Amino acid sequence: MNHIRVISPGLLTTVQDLGRPGYAHLGISASGAADALSLRAGNLLAGNAEGAAALEMTLAGGTFEFESGAVVALTGGDFQANIPMWTAVEVKAGDRVRCGHARSGARCYLCVNGGIEVPPVLGSASTHLLTGLGGLEGRALKRGDILISRPSTSGWGRRSCLPLAPSPTIRVTSPTSAQALCRAAWEVQPDSDRMGLRLRGPTLDGHTGQMLTEGVPLGAIQVPPDGQPIILFVEHQTTGGYPKIANVISADFHAAGQLRPRDPVVFEQISIDAALTLLDAQEDWLHSLV
Amino acid sequence: MSQSPGMRVVDASDRSLLLVFDDRISLAAHRDVLRLTPLLRFVRGVTNVHPAYASILIDFDPRTIRREEVERNAAELFAHAAAAALPEPRTVEIPMTYGGEYGPDLEAVAALTGRTPDEVVALHSSAEYLVYFLGFSPGFPYLGGMPESIAAPRLETPRRRVPAGSVAIGARQTGVYPIASPGGWRIIGRTPLRLFDPAADPPALLRMGDRVRFVPILKGAT
Repeated sequence: MNHIRVISPGLLTTVQDLGRPGYAHLGISASGAADALSLRAGNLLAGNAEGAAALEMTLAGGTFEFESGAVVALTGGDFQANIPMWTAVEVKAGDRVRCGHARSGARCYLCVNGGIEVPPVLGSASTHLLTGLGGLEGRALKRGDILISRPSTSGWGRRSCLPLAPSPTIRVTSPTSAQALCRAAWEVQPDSDRMGLRLRGPTLDGHTGQMLTEGVPLGAIQVPPDGQPIILFVEHQTTGGYPKIANVISADFHAAGQLRPRDPVVFEQISIDAALTLLDAQEDWLHSLV
Repeated sequence: MSQSPGMRVVDASDRSLLLVFDDRISLAAHRDVLRLTPLLRFVRGVTNVHPAYASILIDFDPRTIRREEVERNAAELFAHAAAAALPEPRTVEIPMTYGGEYGPDLEAVAALTGRTPDEVVALHSSAEYLVYFLGFSPGFPYLGGMPESIAAPRLETPRRRVPAGSVAIGARQTGVYPIASPGGWRIIGRTPLRLFDPAADPPALLRMGDRVRFVPILKGAT
């Protein structure tokens, strides 16, 4: 059993896996890694099942000391870490993995062979910050926390891969037309979080009415009365009453998870068939790492 | 988008479909939602089911199942579900303390509705409510049946933190906050019941279709 000591937690570091689907009918959204693709890639590189629990760091990373040797992989945004990214790395007893400020992207993932061990809540290790569910006591990591990892006996991945490059445009589908959204230039607001990415730009008119509350999927772009769209993200509410004008495609959840405050955002509307073709290509890439 | 009698299907995203039974709140649509929700949860490839007043959103894994197949499954289940018996409704009593430190907005609701606080309490606790569905946040019940005479507008500035168990009025709705969260409804009281407990099975106290009554805890009672 390995102990990983949190020397410094970084700005917002949580334990994440692929979330807890299956409880939306109780009002619980799936949560999980904001950039699930990077988490899955990191786990495969570290020799884990793709959904193992790992650390998600946000904008400024932390420093973690390993009591025993371990195999780790760091993926996602470039946080100027002291280990190479997108490859399996062997750390020795007493080594520290240190991450700095994000040079690109918003989130990076430290995956450890064997995963991070926390008591599962409703089948998942994922931290849901708003409700205090899952992860380590339902909260972000603090200095002095000790994380437990048990190295797997199945050996570990030796491969490297090329860094993922998020799409420069966020592709969306819409049952109607997302023209007004796609014509304008947007900027990510600083108060964005895992629940929603708030955008600033021209006021989108014609969405003032409340509608009958209905279920909202991950990536829904809703327009509250102020006309400034919000991308509902991994900790989103399960139902909502604001009009929704489009939905981010599955293959670009990863790009959305790497957006940071004040980043420019451009949208492009595509068909559902085109969205699924992009998803297939992404899955093929991921499976080439196995 | 497609149509089968009584149900409209909308492509909500590349991994979800919205089944719409009505464009307004109705008991008929509620019964459709009540019958279909538990069936849809067990369709292969379906990852989440979000019931609401008159619609159900189905999330699925497009790597496991094609949307056409989800839609076909939903239509078949809908056709069969019409004959299915509804679960026997339960009545759940929610003990609560009105006003004072637990209900800081009771006086304001009384003033806004032209009644005394005691009248607001009497009206609120005499009605029987229907749990249309759970949504928004873990275990949060969307309740129908509040007397319109105590409807009070939402706060202009939402509170940053509403304590767990708070019972509140927001426009023509009333509800209970199962966990501490931000909120813009007017708080009239609080219940000691835990409406959401992740360690319990099921984790939510209420189920859709339940009847709910709010029962005042008498002052001085232990």
